[in-house]
Amino acid sequence: MNPMKIVVPIYICLVSAISMILFQDKELKASMERGQEIYQDFCVTCHLPSGEGVANTFPPLAGSDYLLEKREASIRAVKYGQQGEIVVNGLTYDNMMMNMGLEDEEVADVLNYILHSWGNKGGEMVTPEEVAQISQ
Amino acid sequence: MKKSIQIMCLFVVLTQFSCGQDPENKANIADSTPFDAELLVDGLQIPWGLTFLPDGAMLITEKSGELIHFKEGKKTSITNVPPVYNRGQGGLLDVALHPDYEKNGWIYLSFASEEGAEKGGNTAIVRAKLDNMALTNIEKLYKATPNTTKGQHFGSRFAFDEEGYLYFSIGERGDRDTNPQDLTRDGGKIYRIYDDGRIPEDNPFVGQEDAKEAAFTYGNRNPQGMTVHPQTGAIWIHEHGPRGGDEINIIEKGNNYGWPVITYGINYSGTPITDKTEMEGMTQPIHYWVPSIAPSGMTFVTTDTYPGWKGSLLVGSLAFQYLERLSLDGTTVTDREKLLEDIGRVRDVVEGPDGLIYVAVEGKGIYRLNPVD
Repeated sequence: MNPMKIVVPIYICLVSAISMILFQDKELKASMERGQEIYQDFCVTCHLPSGEGVANTFPPLAGSDYLLEKREASIRAVKYGQQGEIVVNGLTYDNMMMNMGLEDEEVADVLNYILHSWGNKGGEMVTPEEVAQISQ
Repeated sequence: MKKSIQIMCLFVVLTQFSCGQDPENKANIADSTPFDAELLVDGLQIPWGLTFLPDGAMLITEKSGELIHFKEGKKTSITNVPPVYNRGQGGLLDVALHPDYEKNGWIYLSFASEEGAEKGGNTAIVRAKLDNMALTNIEKLYKATPNTTKGQHFGSRFAFDEEGYLYFSIGERGDRDTNPQDLTRDGGKIYRIYDDGRIPEDNPFVGQEDAKEAAFTYGNRNPQGMTVHPQTGAIWIHEHGPRGGDEINIIEKGNNYGWPVITYGINYSGTPITDKTEMEGMTQPIHYWVPSIAPSGMTFVTTDTYPGWKGSLLVGSLAFQYLERLSLDGTTVTDREKLLEDIGRVRDVVEGPDGLIYVAVEGKGIYRLNPVD
């Protein structure tokens, strides 16, 4: 058996897998860059530059259990605003965040920035399609 | 660590430049309060502005675009309100009545509008009449250009002075290096127009090439409070600073209030914007807040309804979620008192025709401060 017959498919698989990872990584990076701009525009005044928030008033985004565990609720909050009690890292917040009027792509971008900054490891990239599927 | 040392140094510098004002935000907690707060109108999201019709009914703007008529416990949604650009801080914003409302019926509205060729929005001013719970005779008086998708700084507060001129604010729309110091561009300015939108001939920049002739002052960041001093008739405003450096300013024709060339604030990231807090040709605030309280809404107390309050200035705090009462000696702030602690984001405060104070709180509604002995 020609060893090339095995090596070539493995090689092709490997290259495409790596390029996919790299491509996604690049896509995530681009999304995060756009998201950072949105964050500076719409979020930073309350949640502060490193997502630290203000205890009891504006919930933290850095290391927030709510954000990292409740993906759908988090997307919904960014898309439509948030009102009522939520518990973040053991503290209860009863405030309101207005509907920012962001487009689905902007919601995805800012969430990608938040979910992958300040030590957050937010899992899979949020896509505009995922945001579009979430209703009020 | 290096950064924090720099910030420390900056604070020391700021302190030295601060003309003796205590830079730290230390409002006193009120010992006793001469009122009970009653939630008069509930179930509101972001009540941005309010005013009173002669029959005692209240008009309330919801940022989302709804104009609410409230009378004797009943809320009615007014129809035919112009479409608003509801994004970031933009939406349906302030509402005011013409001083001669009983004769002419004009209601003034400010809002973020998408009108124009570019994507995004900018602040618009219209007047209209109210007929059978619908707006009619809508006239556009001003629309700032160009539109932008930035979410910040629409300004939008109103005041009429004693001569009947209409003043309004437009914030710098998130473009501080372009708009506030450029007289040919909208934003970062206080405007003065006649009640029908015409530009007064004696406005300070009339005749200057390409100038926005409705502008009355410039170098303002994002004023969300405006009122008339009950004795002097002067227009008082406050404006949001960046991180630190919210200001109270008295509006004088043609003045430059310095943003972003001078400021008592720093960037949200902690880096300095400028090392200057004063400069010749730029007006100093009569008061500034460090850290920022994020002021919104402002009114003087003009009656003896609440003992000891007459002549003081009430300001809402979005960031720290209370109502601030500033005692004044002329134009000097002599004392600051925290009221309604932790009530929520205070968006507007108004003295009603009945002399009572009404406070608009986000996520709650309109509180009335009922006096107690």
